[in-house]
This record gives sequence, structure tokens and C-alpha cells, in this order.
Amino acid sequence: MNGLRELVSALAQKHGTRRESLLPILQGIQAHEHYLSDDAMVEVARALDLSTAQVYGTATFYSFLVTRPQGRHVIRLCRTITCVMHGKNQLLKELETLLKVRVGETTADGLFTLLETNCLGQCHQGPAILIDDEPYTRLTPERIRVIVAEYQQKAALESENSGLINS
Amino acid sequence: MAPRHLMRLDLIFKDEHDVAPLVRQTLARGRDDIVNELIASGLKGRGGAGFPTGLKWKLTADAPGDEKYVICNADEGEPGTFKDREILMRVPEKVLAGMAVCAKVIGARQGFIYLRGEYRFLRAQLQQVIDGFHAVLDEAGLPFRIEIFMGSGAYICGEESALFESMEGQRGEPRNKPPYPTQCGFRNAPTVINNVETLAHTYSIFKYGAEKFRDLGVQDSRGSKVFSVSGDTPVPGIYELEFGMTLQRFVEDFGDGDTKAVQVGGASGFCVPRKRFERTIIGYQGKLTGTSLPTGGSMMLFNSSRSMYNVLHNYLEFFVEESCGQCTPCRVGTQQLLRGIEGVKRGELSSATLDALLDLAETMRLTAKCGLGQSVANSFASIVENFREEMIY
Ligand SMILES: Cc1cc2nc3c(=O)[nH]c(=O)nc-3n(C[C@H](O)[C@H](O)[C@H](O)COP(=O)(O)O)c2cc1C
Ligand code: SF4
Ligand code: FES
Repeated sequence: MNGLRELVSALAQKHGTRRESLLPILQGIQAHEHYLSDDAMVEVARALDLSTAQVYGTATFYSFLVTRPQGRHVIRLCRTITCVMHGKNQLLKELETLLKVRVGETTADGLFTLLETNCLGQCHQGPAILIDDEPYTRLTPERIRVIVAEYQQKAALESENSGLINS
Repeated sequence: MAPRHLMRLDLIFKDEHDVAPLVRQTLARGRDDIVNELIASGLKGRGGAGFPTGLKWKLTADAPGDEKYVICNADEGEPGTFKDREILMRVPEKVLAGMAVCAKVIGARQGFIYLRGEYRFLRAQLQQVIDGFHAVLDEAGLPFRIEIFMGSGAYICGEESALFESMEGQRGEPRNKPPYPTQCGFRNAPTVINNVETLAHTYSIFKYGAEKFRDLGVQDSRGSKVFSVSGDTPVPGIYELEFGMTLQRFVEDFGDGDTKAVQVGGASGFCVPRKRFERTIIGYQGKLTGTSLPTGGSMMLFNSSRSMYNVLHNYLEFFVEESCGQCTPCRVGTQQLLRGIEGVKRGELSSATLDALLDLAETMRLTAKCGLGQSVANSFASIVENFREEMIY
């Protein structure tokens, strides 16, 4: 909670404490915590002198803001028509098998949340996904396996390193 | 591969990164002079609605108020549209130049680029360009600053009044109109909101003159247009073409030889079947012959292997999800249309249900609060009427 308070006050410092600052602040919390907890929204309401209902109302309107815990990385798979025409369903099947989750779920190791989303503006090179902010296009089941493996390797390396620092 | 018939233009993407000389030169001109040139060019908004850009700037300049704003709409969320991303990646300076000239005309000190959350990966690069551009403005003596505001995944925030709400920290729910943004926009102040491509075109107009721009296109649809071409085509991508082409010509250049239908203008646009290609012209409503279709530039091609039921189903799922839920015709209507076609397809509802659904879509066009709910009928009616058997069997 203390860390949260510091985070919110740092964001309020940066973006201001007007109602207009709300969306950038919520985006900032999400980037840091991967989701908006009840505690975080209460803290924002306090900092901006809003009711928690106002904060919650804004937060839940936007599909990129979430109020339930998510994995470290969020995979958003485009489900709009031209990506569907170019193999979105095979890609989804591959991801579900690979990660052992269904759409909306988070992997057991907490590394990935798998979601579907609407047109990503990459229709000429579909099927397309976003992993966090990064777009990946012209995907095939083979390519997605390689990409997921890269994220997994990176995470494994990071946890090894942080283990070294802690010990 | 280059198109065979249609001439590819190179105005927007022409490599002119040093916009400083033109910005200085244009800012030194009188306001009326600038606005009149824009009006003479015939430029209309490229975000879909096609409002004359010069008039929009003039109305905002004339509106009373000390605080005014320029906003670049980079929320590009219409399925099948990706041109604004390409423009922001390749020639962002032109967009900024357009914003600065607009600021001078209307008397704005602050501008924003509302960038959709899906394009956050562009942000750092764009910010750098903005920082550099601010130096140009300082040199030219224009007290104007541009900020990026990030969206968070909501198609409806591309609608101008929902976009203002979003920037004000609210749910992205469209406002009643009137008043229009030219009188009452962001922070209830007079605001010019223009599409990315519109702003980039203003740069070309100031650079090459209204005459050159007017020479392109036809009648009420002047200039070039950036098209986003996707679907069943051997050459998907971004193409700058002249307004006024027939769909037939377009399909000859971009189709795979088996094109059954083209969706013009994205999920909220119209589906044109093969038998109408010859009679359909791409341009704003005006004195064109045949049917003229306006478009934000999304052109999705479907060949005969595609089920138009699946296409419509996909669009309706999109609308159900992206409806802001504020008004009943749209919130309930989109869901009923989706359930309705599912029921007909499964044989649980009679095929006559389709006519009731067409009525419902028409009612939505008349009663929905904003363009989202109003335009669901475009794709719904054009697909159901032209591909009725595919909806049933
Ligand atoms: C549901 C909906 C979504 C829209 N999305 C966009 C968009 O993503 N980008 C855009 O420029 N205009 C969009 N518009 C149109 C804007 O409301 C507005 O007309 C446009 O930004 C004006 O700019 P222009 O005159 O340069 O076209 C949308 C409209 C509606 C009804
Ligand atoms: S038409 Fe749809 S998107 Fe527009 S205000 Fe009504 S519910 Fe919201
Ligand atoms: S349809 Fe998938 S990116 Fe547009």
C-alpha cells in the first residue's frame, strides 16, 4: 500500500491532480502494476479528490485498463475480419496449446495473459498481435512459438539475475 | 506491384522532412489568406465524415473564446484502416505543420494528438519529432505546443465528442450535438479536431497551392486519398490514389481475380457486391453519377471463398463490443442484430426475421445518439440485402 501511495503521488506530480489527469495516471499505474487494484483506485480517488465510483467508472470503460490481476505480459490477438481471414484461428489454437490457457486466462507461471482485441491497424500484414505495446505481424504458428519462447527465456534470465542479487 | 490502371500519387508520403521553411513561410501569411486557400482547395475531412476543412477552421477562428484547441485525431480504430499509423510513422512532420498553421489561424496555444493505445509503440519516436518541431515554432515566434494524449483501447473515442470526454478523464461517451466542436469542444472551448491525413493534406496544399490539389479528384471530392487495402488481395498495403475512381477499376488493380465484394469504409461503411462495381464511385456524396461512397480509406476485398455471413457476424461482434452503451437503440440494437442473424442461420428463426432486423437497423440509424449506432445499418443492410441466401443457408 505504501509503494502504491508513492507511485500515485509520483504520477500525480507528473500529470497533475485535475480530473483530466485521471486517464494518464491510471495508464501509469497499469504500466507499473499490470492492473488497477481496488487499493490503487481508492488511492487515485484520494489524490484527485474524486469519488472512487468516478475513478472506477472511467477505469472500467477502457479495454486496455483492467481491474483484475494480469500476467507480466499481455498478448492481444486481433479478432477482426481480415486477421480472421488470414489465419487468426490457427494462431489462437497454437497460443492456447502453447500457453495452456484459454482467452481471458493467465498462465500458471503468471507470465502471460491471453486476450482477444479488435482491429490493431495492421490489417495488411495480419494476423497480428500486440504483446504489451509491441506489435507482431504476419504471424504463423511457427513464428508465434519462437516469439513466446523468447519472452520465456528473457523472464527466466531475469529471475536468475534477481536471484543472484537477492542472495 | 504497382496498380495497372490507377495512377499512384506521391503527395502525402513524399519525403519532405524539413518542414521548417514552409512552416515559417505559411505562418507569415494572413489568417484569411490561409483559410481561403484551404477552402479553395476543396479539402474535406479524411476521418470519414467529410466536413470541409477550411470551413471548420474558419468557424473555429470566428467562434468567441480566448482558449482554443487543435486536436489531431489519431484514434484510427475503424476495421481495415491503417493509413494514419503509416502517416505518423513516415511523415509526422507534415501533420505537426498542419496543426501549427491551424493554431495560428484559430488562435490556439495548445494542441494534442490523441493516439490510440494500440499505437503506443509509436509514441517515443513521435515525441522526438514533436520536440524538434517545437524549436521550429519558437524560431517562427508561434507560441504553440503539441502534446500526445494516449487512448486506452476504445473505438468510440475516435468519435470527436467522446474523444474530448476521454481527454477530460471521463468515460468515452459521445455528447449530444449540437453544439459542435467548432463552438464547444475540448474543455468546452472552440476546437478544431482533424484526422491525421487531413492535417497532412493541408501541408501539401500550403506547399503546392490549392490549384494543384483541386486538379485531382472529381467534383465534390477533391485531391488524393490514402487507401488502406486489405483482405483478399495480392497487394495489401497503403496506396495514395485520386478520388473519383470506379470500384471496378479499383478491383481490376487490387483484386485477386475472384473478388465477390468490397467493403468500403470499414465495418461502419458499405459492402458493395460485384454487380455494382461498375456503378460505384469512391468519393463523397455530391453530384457524382451512380452511387458514390465516402470512405475513411478502408477497402477490404472478399473473394468467392468467403462467407458474407461470417463477415457480417464479425462486424456485429465488433459493434456489440465497442458500443459505449449510453443509448438504448445502439446498446440493445447491436445485440439483437447479432442474435437475430445467428438465429436465422441456425434455422431457429424464419428468414422473414431478416426483414424485421433490417427495420431495426434503420431505426438505429434514425434514433442512435452518435455515428457508431447510426452507421451499423450501412454494413448490415448492404450485406443482408445483397447476400441474403448466405445469411440463411
Ligand atoms: C464511431 C466513430 C469513430 C470515429 N473514429 C475516428 C477515428 O478513429 N479517426 C478520425 O479521424 N475520425 C474518426 N471519427 C470521425 C470524427 O468524429 C471526426 O469527424 C473527425 O475526426 C474529424 O476530422 P476530419 O474532418 O479531418 O475528418 C469517428 C466517428 C465515429 C462516429
Ligand atoms: S450510438 Fe452507440 S456508441 Fe453512440 S452514444 Fe449511443 S450507445 Fe454510445
Ligand atoms: S483486422 Fe487485424 S489488424 Fe486490422
